[in-house]
Amino acid sequence: MELFLEQLPIVLKSLNVGFLQTLKLFAVTLIGALPLGLLISFGTMSRLAPVKTLFKIIIWIVRGTPLMIQLLIIFYFPGLVLGNPIWGGGESGRFAAAAVAFIFNYACYFSEIFRGGIQSIPIGQDEAGLVLGMTKTQIFFRVKLLQMIKRILPPVSNEILTLVKDTSLARIIALQEVIWAGQSFMKGSQGISGAIWPMFFTAFYYLVFNGILTVLLGRLERKMEFFR
Amino acid sequence: MAVLEVEHICKSFGHTEVLKDISFSLEKSQVLSIIGSSGSGKTTLLRCLNFLETPDSGVIKVNGNTLFDGGNANTKQEAAIRENRLHFGMVFQSFNLFPQYTALGNVMLARELQAKKRPDYKANKKQIRAEIQQEAEALLEQMGLKDRMYNYPHQLSGGQCQRVAIARALALKPDILCFDEPTSALDPELTGEVLKVIKGLADQKMTMIIVTHEMAFARDVSNHVIFMDNGYILEQGESRALFENPKEERTRQFLTRFKEN
Repeated sequence: MELFLEQLPIVLKSLNVGFLQTLKLFAVTLIGALPLGLLISFGTMSRLAPVKTLFKIIIWIVRGTPLMIQLLIIFYFPGLVLGNPIWGGGESGRFAAAAVAFIFNYACYFSEIFRGGIQSIPIGQDEAGLVLGMTKTQIFFRVKLLQMIKRILPPVSNEILTLVKDTSLARIIALQEVIWAGQSFMKGSQGISGAIWPMFFTAFYYLVFNGILTVLLGRLERKMEFFR
Repeated sequence: MAVLEVEHICKSFGHTEVLKDISFSLEKSQVLSIIGSSGSGKTTLLRCLNFLETPDSGVIKVNGNTLFDGGNANTKQEAAIRENRLHFGMVFQSFNLFPQYTALGNVMLARELQAKKRPDYKANKKQIRAEIQQEAEALLEQMGLKDRMYNYPHQLSGGQCQRVAIARALALKPDILCFDEPTSALDPELTGEVLKVIKGLADQKMTMIIVTHEMAFARDVSNHVIFMDNGYILEQGESRALFENPKEERTRQFLTRFKEN
């Protein structure tokens, strides 16, 4: 017990640093993947058959393969196969590679949710806008977007909560996120080795953060209740 | 001069001919009812006038200007169509109000978007918006919705929604207001309040085209009636004459069935 109390501040400090990296990856992914997902969803709804097919194939590949493999390929492929290690070996390079993999992967999932949301809006909304002389862009941003957001909020919330936990996959390219930090005490770090409890502690970080997100997303959903 | 001239409009969906050589004209301040059984092409005709469908051939003129010519690709361009369809207002069977805007917001939205294109918009933003709001409020008041302006569509009855939709169409000051079965989604009680509003517009000399199954209303409110059957205009004429003395056997059949109901 005495040993535990001695080690606790050291462990928490490491986990905090790791979790900051987790949060950073989470935030960057969301900021990148939400708009990119919208663009991809437009691609899959394109009237041009080749464009539509191309986007469908991209989504099939990204959703059909493990994110972990995508991380490995994006991080190692340029250096090992092309002989041009664009990411470098440092933490910032690893973070950039992880961010690219996560943004692309999540954008593909988001795009399918967006497509469902857009296509679920009755055609009458488009027609009402058209007869009022509105352009298609105006109809999308002024009429359909908010209705779409309201509809897709529950499935998008799901993806967001999953993303929080998925960030731990970046550990495979040695990004120093919270799992990596916890694990380091098993191998030995800062005079602590063979300790498995710091790993269990990481679960609380995820749990608390997802709790906060659940509350915030719930609030957002209630904010949308002013219309039906 | 006729405010609207429709000449030889044809429209097919795949191999199905929905409109076959439709021609008619409409004078200013006239009310035209289009009647006929379901699937006879009434709604498609109205949608062609609003350019929600593109006719395969034919000509549509408003105030003598050709808005659409099946043989002229220039009249089929998106920007031209957007400009031209403002001659027509459209009221849908299912209202199609924008759910995230209040009644007032629904009526103001298109006008606000138009106003943004005015060169003096930035300088006089407040004043322009106030004008638009004033006009929208006056329209809603005219529709009997003075105390409903700040309600959202889901807080309104079907009849109230449809009256907001009428105000929304009127806000753009169309030359011709089109109604596509405006009361078909309403129960009989609510039907009355919407028909009363349309009757009021007729009294104010609004030019209107009404696709409807309300025969008594069509007879009483319109000057002119078109009976459509199987994509053709089978019979058209002055309202009372057509209802009381139809020339065609098919028209008589159709009207008799309605009297029985």
